Parts: sequence; structure tokens; C-alpha cells
Amino acid sequence: MSTQSTRTPGSPTPSGGSSRMTPRSIAIWVAVAVVGAVCWAVLALSRGEEVSALWILFAALSSYAIAYRFYARFIAYKVLGVDDTRATPAERHDNGRDFDVTHRHVLFGHHFAAIAGAGPLVGPVLAAQMGYLPGTIWIIVGVILAGAVQDMVVLFFSMRRDGKSLGQMVREEIGVVGGIAALIAVFAIMIIILAVLALVVVNALAESPWGVFSIGLTIPIALFMGFYLRRLRPGQVSEVTALGVAMLLLAIIGGGYVEQMGLEEALTLSKEQLTLGLVLYGFIASILPVWMLLTPRDYLSTFMKIGVIVLLAAGLVLAAPTLQQEAVTEFALEGTGPVFAGKLFPFVFITIACGALSGFHALISSGTTPKMVAKESQVRMIGYGGMLMESFVAISALIAASVIDPGLYFAINSPAGATGADPTTAAEFVAGLGFSITPDQLTAAAAAVEEQTLISRTGGAPTLAFGMSQVFTEAFGGGLAAFWYHFAIMFEALFILTAVDAGTRVGRFMLQDTIGNFWPRYADLSWKPASWSASAAVVGLWGYMLYVGVTDPLGGINQLFPLFGIANQLLAAIALTLCVTLLIKHGKVKWAWVPGIGLAWDLIVTMTASWQKVFSDNPAIGYFSQRSRYSDALDAGEVLAPATDVDQMEQVVFNSTLNGTLQATFALLVIVVVANAVVIWVRAIRAGGLPTTEVPWQQSHLVAPSDFFATPAEKEAVREWETAGHGSVHGGHR
Amino acid sequence: MNAVRRAATALRWYVRQLTGEGKWDEYVATCAATGERPVSRREFERRRDHEREHAPGARCC
Repeated sequence: MSTQSTRTPGSPTPSGGSSRMTPRSIAIWVAVAVVGAVCWAVLALSRGEEVSALWILFAALSSYAIAYRFYARFIAYKVLGVDDTRATPAERHDNGRDFDVTHRHVLFGHHFAAIAGAGPLVGPVLAAQMGYLPGTIWIIVGVILAGAVQDMVVLFFSMRRDGKSLGQMVREEIGVVGGIAALIAVFAIMIIILAVLALVVVNALAESPWGVFSIGLTIPIALFMGFYLRRLRPGQVSEVTALGVAMLLLAIIGGGYVEQMGLEEALTLSKEQLTLGLVLYGFIASILPVWMLLTPRDYLSTFMKIGVIVLLAAGLVLAAPTLQQEAVTEFALEGTGPVFAGKLFPFVFITIACGALSGFHALISSGTTPKMVAKESQVRMIGYGGMLMESFVAISALIAASVIDPGLYFAINSPAGATGADPTTAAEFVAGLGFSITPDQLTAAAAAVEEQTLISRTGGAPTLAFGMSQVFTEAFGGGLAAFWYHFAIMFEALFILTAVDAGTRVGRFMLQDTIGNFWPRYADLSWKPASWSASAAVVGLWGYMLYVGVTDPLGGINQLFPLFGIANQLLAAIALTLCVTLLIKHGKVKWAWVPGIGLAWDLIVTMTASWQKVFSDNPAIGYFSQRSRYSDALDAGEVLAPATDVDQMEQVVFNSTLNGTLQATFALLVIVVVANAVVIWVRAIRAGGLPTTEVPWQQSHLVAPSDFFATPAEKEAVREWETAGHGSVHGGHR
Repeated sequence: MNAVRRAATALRWYVRQLTGEGKWDEYVATCAATGERPVSRREFERRRDHEREHAPGARCC
């Protein structure tokens, strides 16, 4: 395999990188740039005055547009050398199943539904404790220079290798040592992600009978849809999804009447009960056939995702709310925030992973999506464009959290150990932070959304739901605050449960595959003892971490969320390392900086954060110094707040040891992968490139446009191709 | 009016493609082109369920 193979052979691509800009398009882009510059200037210069949230929204949109038009295009045509004369794996292996030429708009929808879930809704809410500005800057700059680049470049390289997975590519292109480290890291990180997402659901549903009622009903609704599709009317997905969504809305409305139905007491569940329920549910869901629960839930969740984005965008524009949070709070500089400990650097950058840079996306950009791309140039709209869309969700969440009164924000998001879980003590605690809210206001806020309390409802979901309900009430009127609140809780929980179902199954397959290397029979997916035991192992692992988080006296989100963010971005470090390695091996050292910027920043952030979480002598930050603080006190026979007895003291000691060990292990695994890669970089630079596993060029016979909107020339080319008797890229409509 | 109808058709097409409902139409069309006799809708959807069983798409956060 020649290192030259990624160069464009033969004719230029129809809409190649060389097209000249017309005066009209120059004028449009200058206008977009001016709008963006004005929005950024307003955000940068306003201090202590009323700032509209729309400045953030339009700063984001114009930045995305410019990045997509210029930077993503440069990466596609100059750096990667996308080549539309080259057949994609979907075209070469088209089997109508995993390899499947898919219309670009449809694949964009699939890819977006796979990458975006509750993550971009949670991180920005927690990061709002440092003010709206740090989060805004990181989400926008991070996605443009790191997150979207990662998604697109991984998608491209996997596509050039017939859709190989991230782990496979690391093993084949970097080395066996790196490959094994990457495999362990991927598995472990997935467990942490599932545990933290499940923790968000537990925190949102605990002591909330309305929430439990609506979320609980999603299970019979999904089962009904599954049986409908399997037995009654096979294949009628749109029909059953419309029914499902209608039932979902009824379930949310019905939740408001739990008291009248006499179910209030039965559905008021503690965090421990919910944990047990979720673990049992996760196990059963992962061994049931997919058509019963997973597939129908996925339909619901996909349509809810699209619906929520449209609603959020419309709601924000109509309501045009004013930001209540400060631009930069003192917690950003002091590192003493109650939501999570640590200063702006590095902790804002790891608290917001999804929406800015999320390593988990590399698992979707390699494997599933690359096998469905019709033309190489479409990686730009699917990889880069899909991630920009997720980033927009994150920006909307950040706005929703920042339009809430800051006093209320801190009362909701501080651990129960700090607020005392009571309006009077919570108000005192918030006053101590330098914000003000009265106990009556706290009670009134909870009553407005028909919850028993909002104090210490950590995890991000209740805050987002409250913010969204405020925005939607302002935008659409109608006094439906409680409905909107539970609507928001419902879709977040729905996304998370879908991720938990699918994640457990993916984890189970990984485990079976790995053990199958030593005991071939175990890899047989239809052998019950293997699939059941592997499912139980995966559920047991995340369930255990979930339990640790739920019962942590210091607050599970406070303790586990940093681990989650760092883990996700360490995965990004592995993916970006692979991208840099492949560019160098292809003889493109001069372009290695493109994924290199993201990699360098990500390594600085994650390694600093890991170092602080492991070695910091501040017990609020360092897991091990927290451990010694509590174990010393235990030896001296003391009980330190917020722990209330010896058992809780022992629990803190155990949890901080566990979290610290996991943290150190993740960082070490990534260092192994990067070190292994550096060896390859040196070798490849000396040799001017190295052979790779790229599949050789083969002529493409498909014609399809590259971008969201087809150019007149592309439309003409497609028409000609279709009249020549070639059919079309599925479905005939474009 | 024409524009509204066009938009509705486009939306319907998109939803059918996104959910995979359109797969059946493609299959029937392929069968017609090759002269193969198509299996029943029920049988076709069972096969797709079976494929999904062994290839779960990961869902991110």
C-alpha cells in the first residue's frame, strides 16, 4: 500500500475544494462574520448589566457556520483529501444491512441520534457554576477545533478501512500494546459513563412520584410498540411511533394526577430503591430480544431528540431570556464551587465533554456510520456537521441553566450534605456563597413545577428541566410550568435509558468477544450462559459504581462527574492520537497539527485534571488526600461533616480510594497508547510515511451531492446519472 | 399548495428512511427488478430484527 494513496487520483471532485467564491457569497460570509464578531464582543464586554441569551445563541450559530464553511472544508479537501472518484465501503460491499449506501440527510439523522443524548444536556448545566462565559467559549471553540475535527477525521479513516472500529485501528496502526490499552480503556470508560448517566436519572427521579410515573410508563409503551411491530403490523414504524409519542405525552400529563390516583406514596422512591430498579431493568433489557424494548425505545428517543432541539431553538428565540448567572463567578478563580471542586482550568474543560469534545463519538464514527456513507466528501456534513449540531444542544442547555436565578441554581446543585436538604438551611448556605434566595422562594419554585423539593436535586437534569420550563412558559405561555418540567425530565431520562440499554449490550458484546479469544464458545452471541453471564457482569459493574455514587456522603455527582468527564476525554485523546498517527503514516506530517491542536489541548487538560484528582493535597479535589483526611479522622475517633457516623466515614475512605485508583488507571492507559504512538510517529517521520491498512482505490460509480444543499451542478450530475438508468441513492427523493 | 404537498412528501420520505421503513420498498423494488419472489412483510421484518439483535448501535451520552 503506497503512502500516496490518499491523494486524489484522476479528475477533480465535482464540488472540490478549488471553487472560487462569487461576490454574492463573499458578501454573505462577511455578514455572518460581522454578526458573529458583534455577538462575541457584546459577550466579552458586558459585565454586571443585563445580557440577552440570544447573544450566546447567535455567537454560536455564526461561529459554527464559518467553521463549517471554511475550516471543515479545508480539512476535508486539503488535509484528508476526500475523493469522490473513490468508492466508499457502502458502495463496494452494499449488502442492505450494515454496509448500506444511505442518503446523506438520512445518515446525518442516524449519526446525530447516535452521538447525542443526555451528555450535552448535563455537563453545561454543571459548568454554569463558573458563570456562563467559560462554558460558552469552551463549547464553541472546543467543538470547532477539537470535537468536530475528531468526529470527522475518525469517520474518514474508518471509512477508508471498511468501517473498522477504533480499537481495531489502534491495534493495527499503532501497536498491540496500545491496542490492548485502548480496549481496556474503552470498556472501563463505558462502565463509568453508564454509571454516571444512571446516577443522573436516579437523582432526577428520587422523591418525584410524577417523574417515576411517566418514566415507568415508557417501559410498557415501548413493549407495546415492540409487540405491535412484531405481531400486529410488521414494519409500520411511523404509525407505531406516532402512537408511542402520543402515549408518552399522556404519560407526562397523567403524572400530574398521581396524587388523585392514590399512587403518590407507592411511587415516591428513594435513591436506593431506584438504583435497584435500574440495575434489574438494565439486566433484563439487555437479555431480552432487541425488538421488544431496545428498538422501539430507540424510535421514541430519536423523535424526541429532534423534537426537543426544534422546541429549544424556537423557545429560546421567542422568549429571548436574560442571563441571570454572572459571566464568570468567583468559583472559576477560587476553585471552591459547591457543584464540583476545582478551578476553571482544567475543570470547566472536563465537566463539559459532550458538546465540545467527546471521545465516545469515536466509537460511533468508527464502526457503524462509516459503512453507510455514500460519497467520501459527505464525511464533512456527517462528522463535522453532526457534532456542530450536538454542540448547539449543549449551548442551549447552558443558556437554560444560566437564565435561572443563581441562588436557586446553587440550592438545586449543591450536595445535600451542604444544604441540609431544608429550605431554611439551604437559604443560609446559598447566602454563604454570596447569592440570595429566601426559604419561601425555594418552596415556591418547587411548588411551581409540582415537585416536593428542588433542594440538592443534583445531576443537572432538574436544573435543566427548571430552566427549560421557565423558557417555554415565557415563550409559549399557558401556565404549563409543571408540564414542561416533567417533559424535560422525561426526555432526559428517556435518552439515558436508551443509552443504558444499548451501552450494556455493547459492553456485553465486547466482553464476550474478548473472552472468546481464549474460550471460543463464549463469543457465541446466541449461547445463553455466555450472554447472560456477560450481561450480568456489565450491569454488575456499572450498577456497583452507581450504588457507590448514590450512597456517597459527599454527593455522587460531585465525586463521580469529574471521573466521567476525564474518562470521556481520555477516550478522545486515544482517538485523536490515532488521527495524528494516521496522517503522519500517510506522509502528511505537515497537516498533523489539525487533529494535533485538539490532542495537545486535550492531553494538557486531562493530564492536569488527572494529576490534581490523584495528587492534589486539597481534600476537596484530590481523591487520595480526601482519603487520608477521613481515615486520619477515623483513627482519631472523629466524625467529619458531611458524614454523620463511622459507617459513612468508612464509606468516604473506600470511595475515594476506588475513584482515585480508577482515575490513575485511566490516565496510565492513555499514556501507554500515546507513548506507543510516539514510537510510530518517529519511525514514520524518518521513513517519510509508513504503509497503512487503507483499502486501495476503486472507481466509484455512484453520483451524489456532498453537502446539506446540492449545488446546481450536482443536481444536474445526479439527474444525468439517474436518466442513464442508475436508480438513485435509495428512496428516489432528494 | 404544491409547495406544501412537496414538503409533506419530503417529510414522509425522510421519516420512512430514518426509521428504516423504506427498506421494504427498496427490497420489493429490487425483487421486481431481478424477478425474485419477495418474502412476506412479516418474514422480512423478522430478518431485520435478527440482524439488529447481533449488531447493536452504540448510543452515546
